[in-house]
Parts: sequence; structure tokens; C-alpha cells
Amino acid sequence: MRQVIRLWIAVGAMALLGMAFAQKQITIAMIPKLVGIDYFNATEQGAKEAAAELGNIRLIYQGPTEGRVDKQIELIENFITAKVDVISVASNDPVAIAPVLDKARKAGIKVVTWDADANVRDVFCNQATFAGIGKALADDMARQVGKEGEVAIVTSSLTAPNQNAWIAEMKKVLAKDYPGLKVVDTKPSEEDQQLAFRVTQDLLKAYPNLKGIWALSSVAFPGAAEAVQQAGKAGKVAVVGLSTPKQMKPFMKAGVIKSVVLWNPIDLGYLSVYAAKQLVEKGLKDGDKIVTKRGTFTVQKDDKSLQILLGPPFIFTPENIDKFNF
Amino acid sequence: MKAQPRLRLRLSVAELVLVGALALAILVMAQLSPQFLTVRNFFEVTRFVAEAGLISLGMTAVILTGGIDLSVGSILGLSAILTGALFHAGWNVWLAALAGILAGTLAGALNGLIITRAGIPPLIVTLATLAIYRGLALGISQGQAYRDYPEAFYTLGQGYLGPVPVQLIVFALGSLVFVLLLGRTVFGRALYAIGNNETAARFSGLPVDRVKLVIYSLSGLLSGLAGVIFVSRLSTAKADAGLGYELDAITAVVLGGTAISGGQGGIWGTLLGLFIVGIVRNGMTLAFINADVQLVFIGLILIAAVTLNQVLRRPGRR
Repeated sequence: MRQVIRLWIAVGAMALLGMAFAQKQITIAMIPKLVGIDYFNATEQGAKEAAAELGNIRLIYQGPTEGRVDKQIELIENFITAKVDVISVASNDPVAIAPVLDKARKAGIKVVTWDADANVRDVFCNQATFAGIGKALADDMARQVGKEGEVAIVTSSLTAPNQNAWIAEMKKVLAKDYPGLKVVDTKPSEEDQQLAFRVTQDLLKAYPNLKGIWALSSVAFPGAAEAVQQAGKAGKVAVVGLSTPKQMKPFMKAGVIKSVVLWNPIDLGYLSVYAAKQLVEKGLKDGDKIVTKRGTFTVQKDDKSLQILLGPPFIFTPENIDKFNF
Repeated sequence: MKAQPRLRLRLSVAELVLVGALALAILVMAQLSPQFLTVRNFFEVTRFVAEAGLISLGMTAVILTGGIDLSVGSILGLSAILTGALFHAGWNVWLAALAGILAGTLAGALNGLIITRAGIPPLIVTLATLAIYRGLALGISQGQAYRDYPEAFYTLGQGYLGPVPVQLIVFALGSLVFVLLLGRTVFGRALYAIGNNETAARFSGLPVDRVKLVIYSLSGLLSGLAGVIFVSRLSTAKADAGLGYELDAITAVVLGGTAISGGQGGIWGTLLGLFIVGIVRNGMTLAFINADVQLVFIGLILIAAVTLNQVLRRPGRR
């Protein structure tokens, strides 16, 4: 028994010695909106990859089992007590989470947000701008149907802020680059896949010359694709939209859609860890560069503090879609 | 009546076991994380458990009569939404909070009325009102979040008196009232009598229905109060507030040794059960152990505690 204890003391001493020479370890508590779904498993995968590359990162990836802000707040309160170096969160509610993030900052903890921003933070890792998404959607439609013809939009609700911002950006690009593409109708689908299916059927009947449909949510996209498929118009009417690749893979394999526009959540999780490390070790300011094995990212000033843009949206195609499992 | 002193002895043994379990939990968690055994963290834990704690006080009384109240989490949500909606309709925030608590009390009273008048089992009645009250909260708020309360309102859920969180004081007062109510009053003894044998209680002239109506109303009142604290703590009222709190409360009560069939148990046990769960959850989070592992662990503790209780209660194994 005594020998075992001695052995452990020796091991411990060596470990301490090793740590003294290594860089200071940084503990990052990373909190997704919820755990157990493909999207946030992908962000975790990216974060772990970054932590492994960087070496001196202790990554804790913990979130609520449902997307609830009160559970996130309780986790953050505990992480403040546990004295982590960075709290990195995809917030379920930008306002309700602000007081606890403020408390964290006052306790000397750096706050990073990603995926969904909060009103208090040191830096936000922004996966996509409205302009970037709008341009990608417009370009992708033109690539598939050409520069002339009738197109329509299936949005979520007519008051949804994200969707309206994307539509505004899309229309700017259309006016400038593709004036021959005419938007003949915009239908709401209210985050309801069945409704998206029905309004797409209506559009196909009302506009027999329709060449393409944008479907602007992860619910509208499969609904619209299914309607086009059932109407036997796969390949004749293009469907372009935002969703996760796994959900849209069957439609792509069936030839109904040729692309899925989104960002790469693996890259997003990856970037957030690199940003956290640089924030703790050197601090971040406007114009700083974050150099990673997955590319170089630029820090910019924004209305709250700083943000880092992940880059142009990622387009999933039949060639690359099998590599993604979310 | 001969069994009375023996029963008492057994209960105290069960509570001693819980005290031991709590001490063990504290020891283990202190090993897991250096930040665990600090005054600051102790008070943080009480902030996390205060809302579920208030609800579990009422739940103890309900379960003692052999009933159950599954609607508490939904009542919390409804009270939270009403507080927010009324405040945004121009009411004074404290008046709005009072109205929220009153609505919670009425929701509880409605549970009691249906249970006693229609004779439907509490499990079914409160399962139905769990859906109804949550539906009302969703309908009133239309998925919207109510925010921007006056600064003074936040003292209830975010304020401290010295190192002591304000909601701990509210919870301690509530606990004291319930300890006295259950242990020192005729009303309290009636609860145990109903839980032990409802028919006998009825024949011996106890106002069974009235007692039940009062305890379900109390359960609603405490859920409403928890709802107001919830809004103050999170600075936001949203329709999903308190989702799943009924399970946290029932866990605390049952872990605390109150028999799910009624008649045996009490507030001290519930408080111990509440803190065992709270401390295990807090300690494991501080040690960065994932939520899924925590859930499994808490389930195991529950089974172990209830099994131990049964063994201790079995005749001839004292």
C-alpha cells in the first residue's frame, strides 16, 4: 500500500513539474442551446478538434437537455463558482441570459457567444451575416435555373425577422445581378412542414412556368421539396433553401434538390475555441487575425463589442453531403 | 394507538439515514471540486432550490393525504405569465405579482374542487390541469417573453441580504410555517389521518373535503409564489417557466421519506431530500460532470433511499 502511495506522489510531482513548463491551462465551459441533437454534436466535434490542436485547453461541453435559458443560467452560475476561464454560450434568450453573463465578466471570466448572440459578451462568433446568406441563396438559384424566369418564396412567417432580412438581401442581389429573375409570390409556412407542403402545391398550380422556389427555414425546405417531388417536377422546378444536410439528404439523393445552404457548425465550434484562447492569452481588438488550420478569421468591431465572422455560407452538394452527420 | 411511539421511532431513523446521506454527499462533492465547500457556493445552492423547494412544501402536504399534484409546474408558468402580462398592461409590478400568486391559488383550488366534488383521482385531475394551465400560459403570452421590470422587483430573485439570497429567506419562512402547520396543528394531524385511512377519517367526522381543498389551494399558492420568484430571478416571464418542476418536487418529497401512498413523512424529510438532490447536482456540475450522468445518479440515489426506507420500516427489522 505504502509503495502505491509513493508511486502516486511521484507521478503527481512529475505532473506538477510538467505543468510548470507547459503553457497555462485554459478552462473553457462551452454551453450549447441544448445537447443531444446533431447540430450541436457537430459544434462539439469542432470544439474538441480545436482543443486537441491547441493543447492547453480544458474543454467542458455541457448544456441543458432542452433548449431552455433557465437551465443555461444555472449552469453558468455554477461555472462562475467553479472559476472557469471562459464561458462560451449559444444563448436560448439574449436578454434573460445577460445578467448572469455580466456577473461572469465581473468575476473576471471572459464571455464568448456563438451561434446565438447575447446582449452581454466579449466577442460573438457569428456564423453568417444576413447579406452573406441572401447572396448565397440568390447565386445558388441563378446557378440552377439561369438568369431568366419566374421564381417564388416560401418563408416561415411574414413577420419572422431573420427570414425578412434574408429576403431583403436576396432582392438586392437579384436587382443588381439577376434582374431577369422575377419573384412572383411569397407565401408563409409558419414553421409548419405540412403548411409548407400545401403552399408549395398551390404555387406550382398557380404558376405553371415557375422555375424555382426558395424555402427559407429548415421546416419549409423539406416541405417544399416534398411537394415538388410529389408533383413529379423534380429537376424541372429547383428548390433552394436553408436546412441541415442530414435532413435534406434523401431529397438530394432523389434528385429533387441540388444544394443546401447553411454554415458548417463544425467550423463554428472550432472557431469559438480558438477565439476563446486568443481572448484569454492576448486579448482581442478590432482588426486582429485568428490563424487556425481551418483558415484565418478577422475580428471586427460591432454595435456591442467585437465579432468574428465565420465566412461565406457553406453549400452542401451531392459531392460533400455524405461527409456530414448533422 | 399502541403503534404510535414505535412509528415515531422508525421515522426518526429514516430521517437519520437522510442526514447521513446528506453528509456523505457533501463529503464526496468536496472531494470532487475545491470550490464546493465554500459559503458562497452554499448560498448559490439555496438559490437554485428555493423555487422547487417552495413547491415541494405544498407537495408534501398533498402527498401526505395520499394525493398528488402534477400541475404545479404549469401553475408556476401560468402565474409567471400573468405577472408579466399584467405588468406590461400597465399594472404596478407588485400588484401584478400578487395577482399572479392569487391566480395560482385559484388554479390550485380548482384542482381541489374537481378532486373532491367529482371524485376523480388527483393523478388524473392534475394531469389534465397540467396541460390546461400550461396551455393557458402559452395562449396568453403567444410565445412572447415579458421583460423589463423595475429594478426593485429583481431583489426577490437576484437580491441578497448580506450573503443570504432573498429567496432563501422566503423559503425558510415558508418551511417554518409548514413545519408548524403539519406538526403542531389539528389541521396537520388531519392530513396524516386522511392519508392513513380516508374512510376512517370521514367517519370520525373530519372535514376531509375541506382539508383537501385547502391543501391543493396552498399547493397552488406556493407554485404561484415560486413563479413570481422565477420571473424575478430570470428577469423574464416565458410560457415554458417551471416545465418539469413537478418531478423535482415529487423527487424531493419521496426521497425525504414521505410515503407516496400517504400518511407517513413530513417537511424535515422533504427539506433533506431537496438538499441532497440540490447538492449532488451542484457538486457534479462544479466537477464538470455531464447532465446525463447527473440524472442517472439522482435516479439511483432515489431508488437506494426508498429501498432503505422500506427495509427500515419492515416489521421485525428494526
